[in-house]
Amino acid sequence: MSLKETVLGWWQTLTSPSRFLSLGLLTLGGFIAGIFFWGGFNTALEATNTEKFCTSCHEMRDNVFQELKPTIHYSNRSGVRATCPDCHVPHNWTDKIARKMQASKEVWGKIFGTIDTREKFLAHRLELAQHEWHRLKSNDSLECRNCHNYQSMDFTRQSKRAMDQHSTALASGEKTCIDCHKGIAHRLPDMKTAAGQ
Amino acid sequence: MNRFALALAGLAFVGVAAAQTSPGLVNGLRGPTPLEDEAKPPVFPKIVNDDQRKARNYPMQPPLIPHQTDNYQLDLNFNKCMSCHGRSRVEESNAPMVSVTHYQDRDGNMRAEISPRRYFCLQCHVVQTDAKVPVKNSFEDFYKVEAAAKKGKPK
Repeated sequence: MSLKETVLGWWQTLTSPSRFLSLGLLTLGGFIAGIFFWGGFNTALEATNTEKFCTSCHEMRDNVFQELKPTIHYSNRSGVRATCPDCHVPHNWTDKIARKMQASKEVWGKIFGTIDTREKFLAHRLELAQHEWHRLKSNDSLECRNCHNYQSMDFTRQSKRAMDQHSTALASGEKTCIDCHKGIAHRLPDMKTAAGQ
Repeated sequence: MNRFALALAGLAFVGVAAAQTSPGLVNGLRGPTPLEDEAKPPVFPKIVNDDQRKARNYPMQPPLIPHQTDNYQLDLNFNKCMSCHGRSRVEESNAPMVSVTHYQDRDGNMRAEISPRRYFCLQCHVVQTDAKVPVKNSFEDFYKVEAAAKKGKPK
């Protein structure tokens, strides 16, 4: 039997009505299997959405995670903190899936060791940072705003410079968070080659 | 007479030594902790963050920084200060521009970017805290001294 015939045979089985199994079994069984599949899929997805998962690779643990630690997003007076996915993965489902598909490139990078040494990481740092700046710029700093809600900002509780900028440039939408707040959670790369520091 | 002076000096020395070891002595920096113990470090003072420019205490004093600079990156890769105080940024930020002298290299040539010898801002410009001064400073600037001299009071 040729390959073509085999495939055609399978196609016929798929498209013809079932001979022995009842419709009820097939629909109900399919439904229940679907629940299990979805539960498993979501659990796996969420498992990759934790800081523990991110820092299980030395590329993240030894470079960017160490840099996060002294910043306000890791240690601060109230103890509320952001983990990697809070800023780097969109919370909205469709965007999240899109980002996760993009992240398959990162799996590729991990397998082939694109940034597996400190030197390689530093060489790629500007490009990697620019991806993140571009993402936050084009979604109006959505991941910042998931916590830092503009409506809830009390300017009178801010320092004068913060008040001045937030009540003008940010309020008018002329600027978005990332325009000024680059390098707040990780060290900046050599910015001489970066457009518009 | 000579012996009396010596005895007096000896007494004074003993007195000073006793004062130094007495636990009640409040030394500006150590506090009342005896010398053989380690002093409890004070809590970190708060950094003044009111954005109000301070007068210089003497003409050549580098202006003080009236805001927090925590986690501002200032290294080979990036100078955070210049993203507000740089020449091309002051219009947007309303921050005082870095002095033109800071664009001059040591040979007096004007450069487009801040001179390498002036790059590390925090070497001269510092933040202020609300810490209590352990040692009082009696420094008075020129204007005060001059005004006092004109009034005829030796100050």
